[in-house]
Amino acid sequence: MTDTAIYDRIAAQIEPFNKKGVALTESTTFASDLEWDSLTVMDFVAAIEDEFDIIITMNMQAEIETVGQLVAAVEKLTA
Amino acid sequence: MTDLFSKFDALIGEREALLSTGVRDPFSLVMESVKSPTVAMCNGKETILLGTYNYMGMTFDDDVLEAGKQALDNFGSGTTGSRVLNGTYAGHRECEEALKEFYGMDHAMVFSTGYQANLGIISTMAGKDDYIILDIDSHASIYDGCALGNAQIVAFRHNDVEALEKRLKRLPAEAGKLVVLEGVYSMLGDIAPLKEMVAVSKAAGAMVLVDEAHSMGFIGEHGRGVAEAAGVIDDVDFIIGTFSKSVGTVGGFCVSNHPKFEVLRLVCRPYVFTASLPPSVVATAATSIRKLMHAGNKRAHLWENSKRLHQGLRDLGFSLGTPEAQSGIIAVIMPDMLKGAQMWQALLERGLYVNLARPPATPAGMTLLRCSLCAEHSSEQVTQILGIFEAAGKDVGIL
Repeated sequence: MTDTAIYDRIAAQIEPFNKKGVALTESTTFASDLEWDSLTVMDFVAAIEDEFDIIITMNMQAEIETVGQLVAAVEKLTA
Repeated sequence: MTDLFSKFDALIGEREALLSTGVRDPFSLVMESVKSPTVAMCNGKETILLGTYNYMGMTFDDDVLEAGKQALDNFGSGTTGSRVLNGTYAGHRECEEALKEFYGMDHAMVFSTGYQANLGIISTMAGKDDYIILDIDSHASIYDGCALGNAQIVAFRHNDVEALEKRLKRLPAEAGKLVVLEGVYSMLGDIAPLKEMVAVSKAAGAMVLVDEAHSMGFIGEHGRGVAEAAGVIDDVDFIIGTFSKSVGTVGGFCVSNHPKFEVLRLVCRPYVFTASLPPSVVATAATSIRKLMHAGNKRAHLWENSKRLHQGLRDLGFSLGTPEAQSGIIAVIMPDMLKGAQMWQALLERGLYVNLARPPATPAGMTLLRCSLCAEHSSEQVTQILGIFEAAGKDVGIL
């Protein structure tokens, strides 16, 4: 699977949580740009975990700030 | 130069805005004198206590008080030392014996607070390559235990058995796993489906820790907690509890049947590097724990109180945290922080104390008025409480 395919699947998962319709790029941040609170983050992480059948530990979540970083993390976890 | 306090500016602003509306500060109440487990003087007014977690009303029990006074006379005011050095007195051992008997377990370790018990056991049991799998609504002491250690932390949706099972299955089969659950979740007063959760955890080869802080003494035939009531206590590896609720003093503990448990006394830092509980505290705790073994009638009365308050508040039209009374906690959901603070004050002015709980302690950003019942609340007091809630709710415009 390529980066783009993962990016597209992640973007599709972000969609229902993107209430403000923020345009997505790899550098979009979850906290500042998407303005997600911790509850939204939790629901979103669960959605990503189910979509890719992976675990994103809270330790990893602390390091992930942007969409691009999430794509890289998912790529690593599904490799 | 950066003022290190500037990170708190938002909170300071929010507090000032709230207090400027004229409400009293809900987080600086002083109990001027305490008359019984259910009545204290606050702002010069006699006040019914409905937010103390003093579930079994042991704080003024004659035998408990006598044990404390004797220990003060015989052992002094404090130990001035760690449990592993000069801080283990006969009373600490007696307290651990009482816990072993209470739970029917092989080992018991007494900590200086319940917070430290979670901090110590969680951070020590789960090492660097181990996984801690916890409910997202876990108490701060559980999260802080995770932060103190360096295990991998995996959270699952509150009380969701399927979410827990799915995550357990995705973890490496050979990795060490500790599933951390609570019997009663203290914000909404809901209980965990422990039967199912313990079963899926054991099937995945995980050890299970259950924090029974809010159920000890009250839930289960012998008051051992939700794990007892669910019939899975023998499959639980660690039970964490506290003396600051049903037991009626302060302190924390862990009980376990694991044959290697005693080694924790040497490696658990929040146990080793702090002073032990004062002799009077362990004496009151041991006496109280032994009395709680035979408190079936009090348990029954507390259930009556809890069910009646729940039904009464529902009939008045309040929105509650659980569909029925599941524990000694009834959480009344407030529309927002301001209404919550106004309601809290209106209750207090009419002689009723409850806990005001706000984010981040609460789930889903809720503001809650948390009521915790006591086996010593009389039926008349419950009637009074409902009357005060009705009057205050109308004052504030919630009803």
